[in-house]
Amino acid sequence: MKKTLFDKVWDAHVVSSVPEGPDVLFIDRHMVHEVTSPVAFLGLKNRGIKVLYPERTFATADHNTPTLNQHLPVADALSANQLSALERNAAEHGISYWGLGHEKNGIVHVVGPEYGITLPGATIVCGDSHTSTHGAFGAIAFGIGTSEVEMVLSTQCIMQPKPKSMRIHIEGMPGRGVTPKDVALFIISKLSTSGATGHFVEYTGEVFEKMSMEGRMTVCNLSIEMGARGGMIAPDQTTFDYVQGREFAPKGADWESAMNYWSTLHTDEGATYDKEIILNGAEIEPMITYGTNPGMGTGISGSIPSLEQADGSKESYKKSLDYMGFNEKDQLLGKKVDYVFLGSCTNGRIEDFRAFTEIVKGRKKADHITAWLVPGSHKVRQAIIDEGLFDILSEAGFELREPGCSACLAMNEDKIPAGKVAVSTSNRNFEGRQGPGARTMLASPTVAAATAVTGVVTDPRTLID
Amino acid sequence: MAYDKFTTLSSSVVPLPIENVDTDQIIPARFLKATERKGFGDNLFRDWRFNQDGSPKADFVLNNDTYSGKILVGGKNFGSGSSREHAAWAIYDYGFRCVISSFFADIFKNNCLNIGVLPVQVSEGFLQSIFDAVKEDPKTEVTVDLGTQTVTLNATGAQETFEISAYKKQNLQNGFDDIDYLLNIKSSIEGFAETRPF
Ligand code: SF4
Repeated sequence: MKKTLFDKVWDAHVVSSVPEGPDVLFIDRHMVHEVTSPVAFLGLKNRGIKVLYPERTFATADHNTPTLNQHLPVADALSANQLSALERNAAEHGISYWGLGHEKNGIVHVVGPEYGITLPGATIVCGDSHTSTHGAFGAIAFGIGTSEVEMVLSTQCIMQPKPKSMRIHIEGMPGRGVTPKDVALFIISKLSTSGATGHFVEYTGEVFEKMSMEGRMTVCNLSIEMGARGGMIAPDQTTFDYVQGREFAPKGADWESAMNYWSTLHTDEGATYDKEIILNGAEIEPMITYGTNPGMGTGISGSIPSLEQADGSKESYKKSLDYMGFNEKDQLLGKKVDYVFLGSCTNGRIEDFRAFTEIVKGRKKADHITAWLVPGSHKVRQAIIDEGLFDILSEAGFELREPGCSACLAMNEDKIPAGKVAVSTSNRNFEGRQGPGARTMLASPTVAAATAVTGVVTDPRTLID
Repeated sequence: MAYDKFTTLSSSVVPLPIENVDTDQIIPARFLKATERKGFGDNLFRDWRFNQDGSPKADFVLNNDTYSGKILVGGKNFGSGSSREHAAWAIYDYGFRCVISSFFADIFKNNCLNIGVLPVQVSEGFLQSIFDAVKEDPKTEVTVDLGTQTVTLNATGAQETFEISAYKKQNLQNGFDDIDYLLNIKSSIEGFAETRPF
């Protein structure tokens, strides 16, 4: 039978199937963080059981951690309590734990790939919706709730009906100044935040083939924002080159046999998907969002759709614009911005910092802009310093923080104040996501950089020669 | 964790006719710092329900005594966004046992089913008829019958069926969870694990 990439990886992990019910899916890698795990560990305790495969489980602290003075005790008592709970649980169950201050610490979806925990053809879950990031390697990766975290800790399996498959194909290449983030925001603006619900997406087309692993991770990361369970891209030489030699990746003969298997991981000629979408790459320009969900985005030179043009309920649309303090038909270029956030598991990797630096090089941060530059991991932070980006950023008036989720979800001190507008490279512009009353415009690192130096929403193409 | 069995539920409803209600609204991230599953209902819809100084916002439905009940009725694409099960916990802890909408986000739906809150997906038209009926009479009741997989607007008798997998239905009716099932087949899982290359 002809199979899609998704079918191949899913079918290889089915332990058994409940008649007219879900599949029992074996999970190769389980990533754990401090926020969604404590109640799951408590569940194990109540059942009197231990983690079944601690060697398949990896824990890091990221959601709740400060991004300044990480060497000091965590000031917020509740956060500190959650961090120490994870440390205790990891120790009790023999799980490797990359806590605050650990050299491998960082955002769970950034460190997984960095250390070769993320592998092609694997099943990967984490109690975090952006687990879809790891699909960039041709893995099936998706976010789960805490009951499911408990399920995987105790049995290394999850019970799920097989999702439907969907292909998103982009024909042709986008023009200059367009980054992977723009490609993803463009797709979401076409499909809406529920356009892929119930589906697992495979991205195909030249644009994805030519993308770096970092770019592919950005795209797959945002799959969840169109409602998809996850997204994936067939592994190729770019993937293998990235994985080879990383600490937890297979070595020697194991590498050879893994490669033999991984090279079969592509959709068979003639295999069919439940749904197919074809989009035109040439239509994509640098994107920005203007509303309170990631589907409310447009090309940066566009304007906010009028009430009549808006999809869905007019009342919800109006509520959203009111929250943002915007009006229908407003131009986006030139809108005044107060904060710029570069970071998160969407755009907190080294390429994102390179792209940002490229734009701000030789320029200065606008005086009224508060900029938070938060690397996705210590490894990224070190690379920023080693590659000399840090010096350029400092010269331009920017500071670099320590790694963590930071203003992506504002669980720590990094909260955008009420009423302030932030151009953010993260993934969600929901009401209050970056702090109560905060107004978020999602964009790429290059749009964020252009905005940071001019102080208003700016098309980065006007700053590159 | 095991939960209460679900069979039928007749109740007045709390209407929330807003589309794309995301999990950050249901429970904002800053309330996710607990290490136990307790007290999340207090912060359900926190920023829609309370001002920053903690005083209630009079115009939000949970602060309006006219509406009450064990069924929450939300607009299309309910529960999008984060995987936080805390959203489902907050809904449960507040006292809801069922959420009705015309469309649910996947992870949210799973999370509800895993803790014994029944997500009921109805047509746009039926959803609207519930909103209309509640506007007319805030005490109007809706009956959700898991056995027959029906949802009925008691006032008019209008009825729709809803989908749920036979497996999940049985779990809810018996108060079982997936872990009970998986622990029972542990030896076959261990056998399978042996065959995994990495
Ligand atoms: S950076 Fe944001 S989206 Fe990514 S794991 Fe952290 S909180 Fe979640």
